[in-house]
Amino acid sequence: MIMDNTPSSTSTPVSKGHALLERWKMRWDRIANNRKIFPIVLAVGFILSILVPKFGLVNEYVQLVIIYIGINIILTTSLNLINGYMGEFSVGHAGFMAVGAYVSAIFTTKLLPENLEAIYFPLVVLAGGIGAALIGLLVSVPSFKTRGDYLAIVTLAFNMIVKSVIENIEVIGGPRGIPGIAKLTTLPWTFFWTVLAILVIRNFVYSNYGRGVQAIREDEIASDLMGVNTNRVKLLAFTLSSFFAGVAGALFAHVLQFISPKVFDIIKSTDVLIMVYLGGIGSITGSILGATVYTVLLEVLRPFGMWRMVLMPLMLVLLMIFRPRGIMGLREFRWLIPGFDLYALKYWRAKKEVSHGTPAS
Amino acid sequence: MSGGAYLSIQDLSVSYGNIKAVKNISFDVMEGEIVTLIGANGAGKSSTLRAISGMLPYSGQIMYKGTSLAKIPADKIVGMGIAQVPEGRGIFGSLTVLENLKLATWQRKDKAEVARDYERVFAIFPRLEERKVQLGGTLSGGEQQMLAVGRALMSRGQMVLLDEPSMGLSPVLVREIFRVIKEINASGTTVLLVEQNANMALRTAQRGYVLETGTIVFSGTGDELLHDTRVREAYLGG
Repeated sequence: MIMDNTPSSTSTPVSKGHALLERWKMRWDRIANNRKIFPIVLAVGFILSILVPKFGLVNEYVQLVIIYIGINIILTTSLNLINGYMGEFSVGHAGFMAVGAYVSAIFTTKLLPENLEAIYFPLVVLAGGIGAALIGLLVSVPSFKTRGDYLAIVTLAFNMIVKSVIENIEVIGGPRGIPGIAKLTTLPWTFFWTVLAILVIRNFVYSNYGRGVQAIREDEIASDLMGVNTNRVKLLAFTLSSFFAGVAGALFAHVLQFISPKVFDIIKSTDVLIMVYLGGIGSITGSILGATVYTVLLEVLRPFGMWRMVLMPLMLVLLMIFRPRGIMGLREFRWLIPGFDLYALKYWRAKKEVSHGTPAS
Repeated sequence: MSGGAYLSIQDLSVSYGNIKAVKNISFDVMEGEIVTLIGANGAGKSSTLRAISGMLPYSGQIMYKGTSLAKIPADKIVGMGIAQVPEGRGIFGSLTVLENLKLATWQRKDKAEVARDYERVFAIFPRLEERKVQLGGTLSGGEQQMLAVGRALMSRGQMVLLDEPSMGLSPVLVREIFRVIKEINASGTTVLLVEQNANMALRTAQRGYVLETGTIVFSGTGDELLHDTRVREAYLGG
């Protein structure tokens, strides 16, 4: 996939404002295209995630918000795989999150001795992810017999089933939920899982399977005719997506320290959907931006109290009118794209400069 | 004919609910041939192709190189060497030309051969090489058709099923596409061609079958059908 940025039109008279805009655009392009940025972001991010809580560089509240941003990025990126890259419409992401949250919380509150919790935390999160992935596999078999609106209904039903099943199992607290979960989700761990989710999903999207996923979005019949095993591609994508939803759920449970079925209702799924469409479908950069912007905005608008829930949807309506594809719809920071496509882009640029102005016949 | 029947179809019927789109048709395609199915809208041409590719349930028998294709899923059939160029091309618009071609090699493990096949496709369609990093959706109609044929070649189609390749193309491009069909046939690919443009199809194909409301009404060599008065009246404008 390539950014289809329109060539800067040289025919229009260049005004002062226009020139300034161009310069900013160039600067933005440099950030968006520089490959070296990726390892730098990783290293700086990781070091900061350790230093910040250690020396209390920012207060607890800001740290908490950053952790929520991380969790939301994992949720958004994983749902984008289904709703964005594959072009399906899954609305039950909170269901998988609930599975991950409950599996991990059962481990830390009931199964593991208290002094070992922190050491085993990465494994606990992994277990949450695997639990969600298994359920995801189970759900995807019947649900991918349907498409579009019908898949939405199936996943919606799944979300409700998970919620009511949990409500009716007394061992795990029923409707009261599980209180007193240890606060094990730290900033470095959140950073680690977020980066892992982004990298795994990115590599998947740009792999052979990922190309299959995008082909299904474009034309499922044609992808069948190209020899793409569409069933296997769908199962794999859905399982991967639910795995990371489970991971996010596990992290979420251990930062909130209390989970109940009510937390994982349709509203939570809707939140994730909003972040996906805000950031832009079919874009990992978009998912990161969407999750960040949404989480931060909700916090910034907190002083407005009740009005927050009026302002936020209003902003979304405006976004959908003026930028229906979301912030980054189908586009990507190039440093997030693996090598092959980068080469392709360079080639394309060179080509475009040579044959500037000749449209595709 | 050397090599025997490559694709052999016996008593094929395809139904959509109560409507029978294809009624007990039988025909053979020999190795290295271009065979065309012509007929008006709704004659059952596309349904026949889709049944061969495993996209539609059917009754009757479809044999490819002596193996029955019944119960083999669509993606496996592609792996066996039958590549279909779907009606309306089915280009993946937000993938680049190169990615579109790469998708067709989804099942293939032979990297070196794949590289050679890229060369082959780009040799046949220099236009695609020029545009290889362009998004599929931004190609012109003719280029998209070339890409669709190119994809079929990339999936190692020993047999290519073409569903109305001339649809929506200008006369010049139609001639170009048919020239390419002859070219890929000359390089050893067997072609089953479904067309509404009966004139061009019959000129290109060695043999043809005329379908009418789901049954074969005429068959013969391309020349025979081209000069048959009944075919001329119905499909070639007198």
